[in-house]
Amino acid sequence: MKVLMKGNIALSEAAIQAGCTAFFGYPITPQNEIPEYMSAKMEPAGGVFIQAESEVGAINMVYGAAAAGARTMTTSSSPGMALKQEGISYLCGANLPCVIVNVARCGPGLGGILPGQSDYFQATRGGGNGDYYTPVYAPSTVQECWDLVFHSFDIADKYRTPVMILLDGMLGQMMEPVETKVHPRLNVDKPWATNGNAASRPRNAITSLSLFGEVLEAMNLERFKVYEEIAKKEVMVENTVKDGDTVAIVAYGAPSRIVVNAIDELKEEGINAGLIRPITLWPYPGDIFLNLPSSVNHILVAELSMGQMVEDVRLAVNGKYPVHFYGRTGGVVFEPIEIANKVREILGKPTKEIESKIESKTATQDENLRGGI
Amino acid sequence: MTSRMIFSGFGGQGVLVLGEIVATIAMNKGKKVTWMPSYGPEMRGGTANCSVIVSDKVIGSPIVQADIDILCAMNGASVDKFLPKVKPGGLVLVNSSIATKKIQRNDVDVVEIDATNIAGKVGSLRVANMVMLAGFLKKTDLFTLDDITDVLKQRFKGARSQDLIPLNIKAIEYGMEE
Repeated sequence: MKVLMKGNIALSEAAIQAGCTAFFGYPITPQNEIPEYMSAKMEPAGGVFIQAESEVGAINMVYGAAAAGARTMTTSSSPGMALKQEGISYLCGANLPCVIVNVARCGPGLGGILPGQSDYFQATRGGGNGDYYTPVYAPSTVQECWDLVFHSFDIADKYRTPVMILLDGMLGQMMEPVETKVHPRLNVDKPWATNGNAASRPRNAITSLSLFGEVLEAMNLERFKVYEEIAKKEVMVENTVKDGDTVAIVAYGAPSRIVVNAIDELKEEGINAGLIRPITLWPYPGDIFLNLPSSVNHILVAELSMGQMVEDVRLAVNGKYPVHFYGRTGGVVFEPIEIANKVREILGKPTKEIESKIESKTATQDENLRGGI
Repeated sequence: MTSRMIFSGFGGQGVLVLGEIVATIAMNKGKKVTWMPSYGPEMRGGTANCSVIVSDKVIGSPIVQADIDILCAMNGASVDKFLPKVKPGGLVLVNSSIATKKIQRNDVDVVEIDATNIAGKVGSLRVANMVMLAGFLKKTDLFTLDDITDVLKQRFKGARSQDLIPLNIKAIEYGMEE
């Protein structure tokens, strides 16, 4: 049976169903439904809910729960995620599995509570110190929110790494029908956990600290072998580009749905375009750009930011195609016609008049300034 | 077929719940649906609205900004804001107890519903949103009174809240009679 639920609720209930027994959070819009739901449901499900004193407190409680071997999660939104970065670096340094959700808003600074995608760099490059990555999943439907929570806990346990789920406030707040299927859980032994069995096995110690160069380097090399394996095996992408399409539009998360409308609109006037929707933002599905149909002449990247993922696309494309960009920020969500107009402009066709609610300037990048195509 | 709807009014009038009920009914009937609130620094007495899309095909953007098929407006500000965005031939349901201005468009189908006053007669102003559903029953074939009853039974499961079902149904029936 399908249930109508918000993205935030799907993330919460899926976490409980996936065996999350320790949730730590701190309030911030637009993810407040998650700690609200968890505060009511975790204890009856046999788990722990703590509203921490701050985001910093919450991420370090996650460190503790993960070290003890629990499936654990914290959620926040952009400025709160900024505060968690130190903790994420430590979790990576200590190889601790956990799931971290960012229901992003717009920034920088306190920014606003409307949807944004300007945390792409923070999520994929890491805002903390040191050499590390975290797998990052970007759902675009409420169903995908549900499914990716199960997957994220499995990936976290399998590779002993924090996993991030990055969505925006639009998806967190919207409702869609969800098939609430409980996916089978990957059971991974955690012989490294500090769970109080000292008498029955050698002492376990979990730390990111090492004062000896060679030792720390060996730990980092080992971790990057794991990253290499993740990059080889765990890439996820949806690709609807087919032979005959002249433009490939790249977008992720809820805004990719708006691109789908734009593609439909363009089709009516004989312009064929397809969507490339990365589901993993790290590892990035760069290989998809190496095998596009020969009909493709242009790549357009659409984001609710000033242009962040576009850099990964340029790296992947490596000069093979011109890469264009269209973005809105500050919580303004682009309409299908804006994306369609950008495609028309790229192809040298007349654009259509926009009867927009907000007649502000668009945030199209100065492509020359940013290194161009 | 795709229906793009806006439910709009004062915060506290129950427009978000009303949209959710319509979306749930459509989901129960096997349709694809999305429900998207205008989330922001909202408050009781401020404005609130939600976009609902019901379709046979996969839904892209959940946001309804233009090309509205059905506008359900529970106050005057909502009429002012969304009436220009209703498609020609679209349906406009107006809570005429509060939105008293004449609708300045003759290319849309307008149904005036004295929702707040009817709700008062039924016994609670809080069911004014349900009275608006009468407009859907009169003018669309999206759902029936039985479909609404089913969803209310899902929503009001507890022993105490069960008593609210007859009140809500009565509100819709009064709306049908007007």
